[in-house]
Amino acid sequence: MIDVTLESVSKRFARAGDTAAVDDVDISIAAGEFFTLLGPSGCGKTTTLRMVAGFYFPTSGRIRFGTEDVTHRPPNKRDTGMVFQNYALFPHMSVAQNVAYGLKIRKVGRAESARRIEEALGQVHLAGYGDRRIDQLSGGQQQRVALARALVIRPRTLLLDEPLSNLDAKLREETRVEIRRIQQEAGTTAIYVTHDQSEAMAMSDRIAVMESGRVRQIGAPQEIYHRPATAFVARFIGRSNVLSLPVVTAAAETVTVGLPDGSETAVAAPADHGLRAGDTALVSVRPEHLGLTSTTEAGALPGRVTEVEFTGMATNLVVEVAGEPVQVAAIDVPDGITVGDQVGLRLNRDRMWVVRP
Amino acid sequence: MSTIPATPSAATVPPVTQDPAPPPAARPRRGLNANSPWFPYLLVFPLALILFGYVVQPMFATFAESVGVDGVANYTEFVTGSGVARSALLTSLGISAASVLLCGIVGVAMAFLLKRFSFPGRRLIEAIILVPAALPPLIGAISFQLLYSETGILPRGLQQLLGTENPVLPFTGIAGVLVVHTFTMYPFFYLAASAALVGMDPSVEEAAYNLGASRVRVWRTVLLPMLTPALVSASLLVFMTSLASYTAPLLFGVDRTMTMQIYINRTNGDLPMASTYASVLAVASVLFLLGMRWYEGRRSYRSQSKGVASHRREITNPFGKWLALLASVLATMVLLAPVATIALVAFSRDGSWTTEVIPSEYTTANFVTIFSDPGAYRPILNSLQMSLLATVGCVVVGVLIAYAVRRLDFRGRGLLDVAVMLAWALPGTVVAINLISAFSTGNAFSFGQVLIGTFWIMPLAYFVRFLPLVFRSSSATLAQIDPSLEEAARNLGAPWWRAFGTVTLRLMLPGVLAGALLAFVNGVGEFVASVLIYTSETAPISVEINNRMYSFEVGTAAAYGMLQVVLIFVVMVFSGRLQNGGRATREAAKWTA
Repeated sequence: MIDVTLESVSKRFARAGDTAAVDDVDISIAAGEFFTLLGPSGCGKTTTLRMVAGFYFPTSGRIRFGTEDVTHRPPNKRDTGMVFQNYALFPHMSVAQNVAYGLKIRKVGRAESARRIEEALGQVHLAGYGDRRIDQLSGGQQQRVALARALVIRPRTLLLDEPLSNLDAKLREETRVEIRRIQQEAGTTAIYVTHDQSEAMAMSDRIAVMESGRVRQIGAPQEIYHRPATAFVARFIGRSNVLSLPVVTAAAETVTVGLPDGSETAVAAPADHGLRAGDTALVSVRPEHLGLTSTTEAGALPGRVTEVEFTGMATNLVVEVAGEPVQVAAIDVPDGITVGDQVGLRLNRDRMWVVRP
Repeated sequence: MSTIPATPSAATVPPVTQDPAPPPAARPRRGLNANSPWFPYLLVFPLALILFGYVVQPMFATFAESVGVDGVANYTEFVTGSGVARSALLTSLGISAASVLLCGIVGVAMAFLLKRFSFPGRRLIEAIILVPAALPPLIGAISFQLLYSETGILPRGLQQLLGTENPVLPFTGIAGVLVVHTFTMYPFFYLAASAALVGMDPSVEEAAYNLGASRVRVWRTVLLPMLTPALVSASLLVFMTSLASYTAPLLFGVDRTMTMQIYINRTNGDLPMASTYASVLAVASVLFLLGMRWYEGRRSYRSQSKGVASHRREITNPFGKWLALLASVLATMVLLAPVATIALVAFSRDGSWTTEVIPSEYTTANFVTIFSDPGAYRPILNSLQMSLLATVGCVVVGVLIAYAVRRLDFRGRGLLDVAVMLAWALPGTVVAINLISAFSTGNAFSFGQVLIGTFWIMPLAYFVRFLPLVFRSSSATLAQIDPSLEEAARNLGAPWWRAFGTVTLRLMLPGVLAGALLAFVNGVGEFVASVLIYTSETAPISVEINNRMYSFEVGTAAAYGMLQVVLIFVVMVFSGRLQNGGRATREAAKWTA
């Protein structure tokens, strides 16, 4: 069942000239799904979320909740629960009063209210904190109050706008597990905005990667990681080498490209790659899908080490192959490898993937 | 002169990042929708109408009045004539320039002494340094007259002490005006310079010393340049305030100033000429306002680092210590003398004080009179009633304008802001003349009624004059409140009015209340505009004080004055509490995104 649909939604701000903050976005989100809008700052992800919340109206396109058209419905009639980046807790109210705000507006009875507030605070592990003032809470606790306040109204959709960005690294990881757990328990559809790709990968059922107001790819985390649609997605999600290689032959879902050492290899490609022999293909290879070996190994690409950085679990190297720097993350590296060494690069050809520019 | 802004100036408030409004889309919609593109206009239209009707349009009416009879002849007098007009303009400009210089010296010196040095009595002086400036304008000027004029306490006291024939060191005429200006306006410089000094990172100064600069050089090349923005703003403010000053020239008998000429021409029934003066003064004030906005938008130095707090130098030299102590005692006396004088005189028997240094007979009868005699009680009632009415108007309109200017996106936002600041920049005398010109016949904004000679013109004048105070303090508080709080309320289902009321307005309350108190207390002390538009039934306290002074009932006049002074200090203490202790403000401040 589809819960939230965006149909060719665009948003232009009067003051920003002609460029669209959100440009022709099509998204449909299933009920109960944890859906993430991921992208660098300024990519339009927050604007998209705010259009779903009703704080902005699209310049064109439609937004539907189920079958209802809510494109121009004011925010207070949308029944979404939003968690703001800075939590936006009411400083003049206690924790319980904050959580009660939406219930009061919905004219929920006193006893029922009290029960649901207690339940919501329990859910976020803040039972007994109802009488606290907001400024007596830590950042993490405030974050959870914001979540409880959004959940207690049993919204049809939970909207989260970078809710973890004000927490320190350790708390961030704990909280993202919590948010995911609570969302699944409640069975609420969630739309989550973040610029942190590992957060997106860890939490989401599906991710929409946005860049310059456009959706570049929508898919499950694994799909986006292993089969990025564009060079941007490949580089933004994790790290990637995007190599420009000449196309020798092109088939439906495979493209054969020439490697710098003169050999050829078949690379998996999306069905709509549109490449022909003689074109240049962009091939994405993740640093961890490259291995270091001796220059003499068959099929290894010869190169010269230009940077070495030991990080503990892996060693990050930059190896120059035919004049192009290639990033390598190797788990097993011979001791004493230094800048200037000649090495061979072993390619994990199954993990290579053709991307669009 | 009690209109010292709570914040140095509204123009220094940082620009607000606005959520860009949705572009106009012509789609039919049901009900009031705060997100629709026309919602801001719905809210702003009545506000703009009020500002136009009572601030802008009266200004044009005054101009029309000034050219109505003789064309531009009135204006050419300022340029060519050798008569009153030209000399009044020059005197006003001269007094203003001299006031800037004197206030600058006193204010900056005080700021340096109090913020850079540590000496006995410093805290006391810091606590009372704004007292002379807080007095209502008329009472301030009267107290200085009682203290320093030819018949004043100090010159007569010195005369008796030294046995000379004439009072020693009396301040008369322009010198008297300058004394009043210096004492009441130096806080503009003091506040600006001390804020700049406190905000300055001492390591910048230390870096200059470290690089080998001498003390003089550090002053010339580091400290003064960093203080420049503060000093320029303060200069503009003092110049504007001096130009608008009316009570000081009135009491020291300097007739040839712009404000006095407005008053004299108005009382002589030459409204066109009064309007001409008012228009010239209005143009000058508007130019200064625009200059100030331009300058403050241009630059200000803020320290980048937040490391070390600025340090005070201890005075260790024993001679310096004694000198500092002596100066502290003297400064305390000078700062408290005006209030003390009013208090003393308030208990003197009317008509008993003639040539003595201080009054010789004391009584509490004056206070009994003003509270029990119906005729004497009337002005108090008038002032309270008119101020209250004006304050209510200021709160409703001021809060909504602040909200519109800071939170909504619409065409003409800047204009709305400027219109409020215009009300602040216009001298009280000009506001009065504007209202006289606009409402001597009925027009749409007075619902066809003639307002001159009625009760309503008075609260209207107070409303125009003190609206900016409420606007500014509301707007400053609003700047501290994260807009997403209101969005959160909307998201949880609250309609716009409910989100505004339960969250935004609720959090603005301390600032609104502080502004309202300020407006009320200024209304009770108002003299400058009142004196041009009151009728015998609507005379407020200050006008009554002035009339009693003329009929030599100095004691009763001072008793009224004490009433104003007490009210002001109660309000100052209360709103100080409000701003420092108000939990909501503190919390809101923490919640700034």
